Amino acid sequence: MVNLKNYNVILKHFVVILTMLFAFGCSNQKEYVSKIEGKQIAVTNLNGENTEIEAFVRPYRENIDKDMNEILAYAPETLEKSKGKWQTSIGSLQADITLASADKIFNLREKKSVDICLLNHGGIRSIIPQGNVTTRTAFELMPFENNLVVVALKGEQILEMADYIIKERKPHPLSGIQIILNKDEKSYKSISIQGKPLDLNKTYYGATNDYLYNGGDSMYFFKKGTAVYDLDYKLRNVWIDYFKEVDTIPVPQIQRIIVE
Amino acid sequence: MKRRDFIQGSVAGSALLTVGGLSLSSFDTLETKCITVLHTNDVHSHIDPFPADHPRNANMGGVARRATLIESIRKENPNVLLLDAGDIFQGTPYFNYYGGELEFKLMSMLNYDLATMGNHDFDNGLEGFAAQLPHAEFDFVSANYDFKNTMLDRIVKPYKTFKKAGIKIGVFGLGVELEGLVDKKNYKETIYNDPVETAQEMTRILKTQEKCDLIICLSHIGYSYKNEPNKISDLNLAAKTKDIDLIIGGHTHTFLDKPTIVKNLDGIDTLVNQVGCYGINLGRIDFYFDKDKNKSNHGRTIVV
Repeated sequence: MVNLKNYNVILKHFVVILTMLFAFGCSNQKEYVSKIEGKQIAVTNLNGENTEIEAFVRPYRENIDKDMNEILAYAPETLEKSKGKWQTSIGSLQADITLASADKIFNLREKKSVDICLLNHGGIRSIIPQGNVTTRTAFELMPFENNLVVVALKGEQILEMADYIIKERKPHPLSGIQIILNKDEKSYKSISIQGKPLDLNKTYYGATNDYLYNGGDSMYFFKKGTAVYDLDYKLRNVWIDYFKEVDTIPVPQIQRIIVE
Repeated sequence: MKRRDFIQGSVAGSALLTVGGLSLSSFDTLETKCITVLHTNDVHSHIDPFPADHPRNANMGGVARRATLIESIRKENPNVLLLDAGDIFQGTPYFNYYGGELEFKLMSMLNYDLATMGNHDFDNGLEGFAAQLPHAEFDFVSANYDFKNTMLDRIVKPYKTFKKAGIKIGVFGLGVELEGLVDKKNYKETIYNDPVETAQEMTRILKTQEKCDLIICLSHIGYSYKNEPNKISDLNLAAKTKDIDLIIGGHTHTFLDKPTIVKNLDGIDTLVNQVGCYGINLGRIDFYFDKDKNKSNHGRTIVV
C-alpha cells in the first residue's frame, strides 16, 4: 500500500486504461448469483464465550452493577401494570410522584402549581417487585431518556384528554384529575381537577413527558397547549429521586376513573 | 474511525484488484465463489446474555457468544460481510452509562463492516451519536436521510462498496420516517426522503456506475405493518424495486422462521430477512456466484 501511494499519479492513469480494458475485455466475465442459502442461527450458551470480549466488558459491567444494585427503598408488595381496568397501582404511583416532582420544580421556576399528570401505560416498561427497590428497578421501569414537561392546557384540551382516555380504554397513569364515567363506560358524567369541577375558562398546568407532548401515543391534545416548559428532568430520575426519598413504597388508593 | 477518502479509496482499491487480476491472468477460476453475509438488527445495547430466570429469552444472546459464532463462520469462509441494520443504542444501562461507547467498541472488535442508523440511534441526539463515532471502526450508511444541514454531513454516506473474492458488493442504507417517532431536537435538520425513490436511485448507481455484482439494502424501515399494509416496509420495498439481491431489515423486531422471498418489479426473487432483536439471533445468507449468465440469471436457486 505504501508503494501504491507513491505511484498514485501513475496509477490513476493506469486505472483509466485498465478500467477500459476490464470493461471491454472482460465484459463476459461478470459474476452472477446462482444460488442463495439463508438461515438464522440462535446465539446461545452452546456457542461458548469469547474470553477477550468477556474480559473487555467486565469492568464496564462491574461499574454499572455497583450503582444498579444500590438499595434505595423497600416495596411491601409488587406493583404492576397488568392488573386494573382504568388504573393500575404502578401507573397511579408514577403519576402521583411525577405530579409532585413537577409541581415542586414549577413552583420554584414559574411560581405556578401543576394541576394534573398524564403519562402513558406503554411507557411503564417493567414492575416494582416485592422486596428491595434498587437503581436497576428505575432503569428497567424507565430505560428512555424522556424529560418531564409541563403544558398549559385550556379546559377544551382536558375534555379531549377525557375523550382520548375513554376511547383508548387503557389504564394510562393519571393524577390530580377524577373522571366519573357513565355506566356504559362510553362517556363521562363529570370531571374534577384537584377536587374542583372542571372550569372550561381556566388554564390548567399538566405534567407529562416530551415524547407524549410531541404526539407520542397519539396524545395530540398536548401540542394544542398554549405554552410548554421543559423541566430538564428525566422521568427515570423522578423515580430514582423518589425511591431515595421514601423508605417504603405505598400502594396508591385514590381512584382516578370511577364508573358510576 | 477510519475515515478514508471515499473516491481515493475506491480508485486505489480497484487499481490493486485489476493489476492483481491481470498479473495472475486468472479471470477464470474453477471453484464457486461464496460470499457470506452475517447480520444483526435492533441489538439495543444488549451486551450480556439474558439471565437464566428470564421468562422469554433465558440464556439467549450476548456479545461474547456472538463473537465465537462469527469467528467459527469466518474460519469456514473468510469472505464474510458483517452488517447491522440499526438500533444499536438504547435498552440497557450500558447505553445510559456510556452513551454507546461500549456497543461501538465491541462491534469493532467483532469486525463489523457496516451499519445503518435506526431511530433509537438518535436517542442522544446527533451530537450524542457523533461523539461515539471515534469508537466505531466501521462506517454507517443511510441513503434516504439527508444530513447535509447537520453535523453528520459527509460522515454518514449513502452507500459503501466492498470487494470480496473479486466480487463487488454495494450496500446502501435506508432509515425510518423520524417525524412522530423521534424528538425533533434529536434529529434536527435531518431530512427524510422516500425509501422507494431512494432505493431506485441507489440501485441505478450501484449497478450501472459502480458495477456491483451484489446489491444489499440495509434497512431500518420495518418488515411490514399489519394495520397499515400500504406503509412503506421491507416487503413493500422489495416488490416495488429491482436489482436488490437482499434486504436486511430491522425496527419491527420481527422474528422470522426463515428469510422471506419476494418477487421484485422484474419478477426476480429477492430476499428479505430480519432476526428479531437483542442479539438473540445472527442472520446468515450465503451467495454463490457463477460466471455463466444463462445458467444463473433466471434460475437462481434460493434455499431457505
